[in-house]
Amino acid sequence: MTITINGKETVIAENPERTVDSLLEELDVSQRLYVTVELNGEILDRPAYGTTAVNEGDVIEFLYFMGGGNAPFAQSLR
Amino acid sequence: MLTESQIERYSRHIMLKEVGGKGQQKLFDGKVLIIGAGGLGAPIALYLAAAGVGTIGIADADDVDLSNLQRQVIHFTADIGKPKVESARQKMEAINPDVKVVTYKEWVSAANINGIIADYDFVIDGTDNFAAKFLINDACVLAGKPYSHGGILQFDGQTITVKPKESACYRCIFPEPPPRDAVPTCSQAGVIGVLPGVLGTIQATEAIKFLLGKGDLLTDRLLTYNALRMKFREVPLKRKTSCPVCGENPTISEVRDELDAMTVCDLKKG
Ligand SMILES: [Zn+2]
Repeated sequence: MTITINGKETVIAENPERTVDSLLEELDVSQRLYVTVELNGEILDRPAYGTTAVNEGDVIEFLYFMGGGNAPFAQSLR
Repeated sequence: MLTESQIERYSRHIMLKEVGGKGQQKLFDGKVLIIGAGGLGAPIALYLAAAGVGTIGIADADDVDLSNLQRQVIHFTADIGKPKVESARQKMEAINPDVKVVTYKEWVSAANINGIIADYDFVIDGTDNFAAKFLINDACVLAGKPYSHGGILQFDGQTITVKPKESACYRCIFPEPPPRDAVPTCSQAGVIGVLPGVLGTIQATEAIKFLLGKGDLLTDRLLTYNALRMKFREVPLKRKTSCPVCGENPTISEVRDELDAMTVCDLKKG
């Protein structure tokens, strides 16, 4: 199925069990404990990651902390 | 009332129908606070001074260091060792003697931030650490001060303008700072020197538009920039009803220091 991640159309395997949490793991998203996920325009509460299903056509944004030149936290999704 | 030499100095502004003499006067009457006189603060301070923003506050406790000069273009080699706010003030006044520069040689904290932001119409976050970013957000939201958030790292930057209780705030996106022990190694740090020039100039543009009351502010959208791929993206955002500071049942009703997030790895000492 096709979803849009940070503006890029991405094809992922069909998986009816897939949640936002498992998607983060599947894509090996960096800092996944701290990334903020926006799904179809709504920012998800972190506890909902494990219970929110990912569906065909979803538009997902991973949002990262970005400090300053000295802050090593943020990293863009490559 | 603009003098003849001011009319000449600001002629390229005054020609713009969105600015004109009236708009230039609004900039003169405007008060903008820049928190951080580093990479982001440098272009912000230079452009706001050049634009004739009448009162510009600048807060930073640091002194100029050799490793700053690769990106903090307001500081020169001869300024090494000087307080950053002093070095910045000298350049701003040299560009435009019309401008009143107010310096705060201190770090913002829960103890002083309310007093520092109180006098200003618009606040710009040009800091480099999460504790300050959350503190500035909370103080501005609670005081109803519009502000511009900016963050940079490596080749990436992001910025958003916050109109308290009207548009999404930083905590709508990131409810809590990352804990100190979650911060990975220093090897991920670093920043390409031109990056804060791009982001800081956008932040300065927001302050100017706010003072003029023209155009659309960067609210409810996070602008992200990647210099390597040369891509700008806009992520639409909405205020979150569960936001701890601007939501329906806020848990933050006064400013506090996020002690856990206080430090990030400090390359200067490395
Ligand atoms: Zn909020």
